[in-house]
Amino acid sequence: MDSKERIAEGENSNWRERKDKLFFGIVVILSFITISPIALILYKLIVKGYKQINLDFFFKVAPDTLQAMTAVRNGELLPGGIANGITGTLLMVAVASVIAIPLSILIGIFLYENQGKQYANLIRSLTDILQGVPSVVLGIIAYIWIVQGITKGFSALAGSVALAIMMLPLIIRSTEETLKMLPISIKEAGAALGVPYHKIILKVMIPSGFSGLMTGILLSISRVIGETAPLMLTTLGSTAINLNITKPTSAVPLQIWEFYNNPNMIDLVWSSSLFLLGFVLTLNIIAKRISNQFN
Amino acid sequence: MNENILQIQHPVLSISNLMIAYGKDKSAVRDVTADVKRNAITAIMGPSGCGKSTLLRAINRMHELYPNIQTTGDILLNGESIYKMSTTRLRRKIGMVFQRPNPFPTMSIYENVIAGYDLNGSKLKKGEKDAIVESSLHDVGLFEEVKDSLNKKGNFLSGGQQQRLCIARALAFKPEVILMDEPTSALDPLSTAKIEDLLVELKKQYTIVLVTHNMSQAARISDNAMFMYLGELVEYDKTKKMFTNPADSRTEGYLTGKFG
Repeated sequence: MDSKERIAEGENSNWRERKDKLFFGIVVILSFITISPIALILYKLIVKGYKQINLDFFFKVAPDTLQAMTAVRNGELLPGGIANGITGTLLMVAVASVIAIPLSILIGIFLYENQGKQYANLIRSLTDILQGVPSVVLGIIAYIWIVQGITKGFSALAGSVALAIMMLPLIIRSTEETLKMLPISIKEAGAALGVPYHKIILKVMIPSGFSGLMTGILLSISRVIGETAPLMLTTLGSTAINLNITKPTSAVPLQIWEFYNNPNMIDLVWSSSLFLLGFVLTLNIIAKRISNQFN
Repeated sequence: MNENILQIQHPVLSISNLMIAYGKDKSAVRDVTADVKRNAITAIMGPSGCGKSTLLRAINRMHELYPNIQTTGDILLNGESIYKMSTTRLRRKIGMVFQRPNPFPTMSIYENVIAGYDLNGSKLKKGEKDAIVESSLHDVGLFEEVKDSLNKKGNFLSGGQQQRLCIARALAFKPEVILMDEPTSALDPLSTAKIEDLLVELKKQYTIVLVTHNMSQAARISDNAMFMYLGELVEYDKTKKMFTNPADSRTEGYLTGKFG
């Protein structure tokens, strides 16, 4: 290599380094732009909402208009909290999970076992379509099925059914994907020991993919926990704590909507939103942890 | 044809006119008839896609897991047709070890060895379980290495140890026959040598049928050897005879590396 070439090479690598730095800079800037919405949202919610977050917030039901008005006039914190919403949300998510989890895991296993078959592909496409159905439409369906058909009135059960339908496609797909990721050799190992098919699925495959399934379940819960539209049509809301699934029940997102409509309770909008977002973020972080452990 | 040369007395397995086809016209095994000698290692060799794995998996009916499979002919285990047994009973008598070590990832070493009993719902006392686990691990020479970590998960073991664990899992049932589908192809030479020594040791108590890609492995450890080509059992003879004086030109071609 003569000196000219060496110089040319040197210039070349200089240019490459600069190009490298330039791209690095662009990537960093774009990343900041991407995370700025969530950062700004969190910032706003914390600044506006932290004041109301205290023990009462978790353990007392929402104040009535008169209490709120008095508090606002005296410049005090709003009394009460969102206990009716928290219990309602937990109740409905629990019932929805009881409906959706076993059903969607079974469908996920079915899809996994019937790869490439036409009817399985059809079910897979229907699942994808279900995922695209607007949640308010599911609310209307649950209204017709449950509110009109079974409970003859607004009820937590109707809300749970709407949420369960929303959870189905998410868990179905995550179950199928998780099982597909497991090496087929474990299934063969079970079969070679003469283990019946249902026990291979229940005692070998499901435990091996447990964290994958768990991740899917947690993500689907975090997806539906903030749903508002279907609940407005199905559970209506309630000012008291209600644990009877055939009766109208409150939920955190419903309460946010109610607080928003009452000029005296604006402060509670912020704290409830902060609580809801915090809850969803926590679920997501736990899901992430579990799935990392799985991989 | 070749049975006359082998003169196998009281074969543990006797395969007759076995034909296996995937779908309508993709035949994988064509009219195989052969007896497998007790307490010996029988190697099945042949180029990729010659049907040797399918033949092996037919022996414990694992091939039935594939879709659209058609099987005709019969396989007798100690004179009893395997198609008349439940797969659970059959697979207790004919164990299987796979190409890649596949211990159950959620189970401990102990649970892996006893898995065949636990997953089939056998109710054994703790003492009986302990005895089975210990003797199975002893048989594969793993007991001393893992006796202090029986409750740890199987995946922390090395590849060779995992494969021996899988062999122990198959031995736990005290099977008549152990089928091995290229059991060392995913292992390093040292682990391979250990497994080969183990197989030679195991054949005193068990009958081993071994599919292998590795001709020198077949030459080193097998007593009898089958050569399959395009689904056909071309030649079946004593390993020594086949490697020194093959009867069929296709066998010779394969063994001398002309194809495969």
